[in-house]
Amino acid sequence: MEKRNARQTRQIVVPGDILDGTGMRPGENAYVLDGKVRASVMGVRNVFQNTVGVIPLRGGYMPTSGDTVFGVIVDIGPSNWLVDIGAPYPAPLHVSEVPWKVEFGDTSRFLTIGNVVLLKVLAVDESKKISVTMKDSGLRKIEGGRLVKISHTKVSRVIGKSGSMISMLKNMTDCRITVGQNGWIWVYGEDEEADVAVEAIKMIEDLAQSSNLTDRIKEFIEKKIPQDEEYDEGDE
Amino acid sequence: MSGHTDMVLVDENGLRIDGRTADQHRPFKIEAGVLNNADGSAYVEIGKNKVLAAVYGPRECHPRHLQDPTKAIVQCKYNMQSFSVSDRKRPGPDRRSIEISKIISEALEKVVLTELYPRASIDVYIEILQANAGTRCAGLTAASVALADAGIPMRDIVPALAAGKADGHVLLDLNKEEDNYGQADVPIAIIPSTDEIVLLQMDGNMTREEFDYGIKMAVAGCHELHELQKDALKRRYSKKAQEGSE
Repeated sequence: MEKRNARQTRQIVVPGDILDGTGMRPGENAYVLDGKVRASVMGVRNVFQNTVGVIPLRGGYMPTSGDTVFGVIVDIGPSNWLVDIGAPYPAPLHVSEVPWKVEFGDTSRFLTIGNVVLLKVLAVDESKKISVTMKDSGLRKIEGGRLVKISHTKVSRVIGKSGSMISMLKNMTDCRITVGQNGWIWVYGEDEEADVAVEAIKMIEDLAQSSNLTDRIKEFIEKKIPQDEEYDEGDE
Repeated sequence: MSGHTDMVLVDENGLRIDGRTADQHRPFKIEAGVLNNADGSAYVEIGKNKVLAAVYGPRECHPRHLQDPTKAIVQCKYNMQSFSVSDRKRPGPDRRSIEISKIISEALEKVVLTELYPRASIDVYIEILQANAGTRCAGLTAASVALADAGIPMRDIVPALAAGKADGHVLLDLNKEEDNYGQADVPIAIIPSTDEIVLLQMDGNMTREEFDYGIKMAVAGCHELHELQKDALKRRYSKKAQEGSE
């Protein structure tokens, strides 16, 4: 996902399209049929060294270990919670994976249905059973702020090249923003500023395919929130 | 197939009642991403057929007993609106729509990479807004575009088209009159990259030669339809990029 600096013309492919017939290896979202590499999802053709794959444009989130994600508690058991993290399957959060000492059957005192938590994906096994943890720095129960849900395929655009987009968003709107790999984004700040931040995020999702996105978003926020002189200078 | 008529379905010049030649299909129109709340969607017109398809998933499979621990299942629901035909159709599932739902699910399961999502279900809803013979083909065509639009991994996009026989002529893409008063109707769906057949039914009678010729015509038609399916999906994003780069 990271290595796409060698950006030629972006070629949009759909499932079944031939990506390469000259012996390149299939990368992500590609398969081989009769010696030809074909796309298996709709997306942008992506060449990296000797592999050719597709960066998806749409599609559901499939967790991988190490992802930091937001989740909403959807069910409570005596020794675990079920968390919706936007994947096809709910993720069980065991009491041994939270930073508190929880007695058996006492789970609902700590987290109840509807609570939002920041989690890390520990592992996803071959049967796609997900295990998550809340025992790491920064992982916590979220209180206050708002949760914005966008497609996980647009997360890299929201963060931008080495975090350029997200740091601009944070600076200009004065909000705390945390992006989950599943496309769920937490925004915390003053109401008017948070409104603008949420709108900007939605705009990034909408216009993810266009160029010069960072500048356009900057323009948009400047219109909504007049920036201090020094701030403007220091930003770019 | 059952009815009788004095109508001339194919005239002495080889032209059909809607002016097409034997190997000509009705005009196609495909649009992807027409619904906001579904994960993927498509709208297809084949002649007077108007079909909407929506896809949700992959998501947890309910009811539980249908789950497959090794792969995802494709659950399709084909539904005809009560206003889709000239005599109001009684709403709700009937024998015909249950059959069509099943064959379309099975055709789609062949192309979707179901093994990537064990225990999950991919739900496809096909709504026939207006019917004029060939709705199962239009439905499957729309459903596969909607699946690709939902970003679901699949080997290829499947187009579907019917061949048939009316007035003793083998015809491509039967319309309602030809279907009702003709001798045979053969809907097929293919995987364009390999020409594998994922759906084949036959209603009526044809000789072996007529059948082979009909299949050949339908496969060629499917390839044409497939180009439009790809175009509809790509158009969605090229349009967006243009809007964005202004």
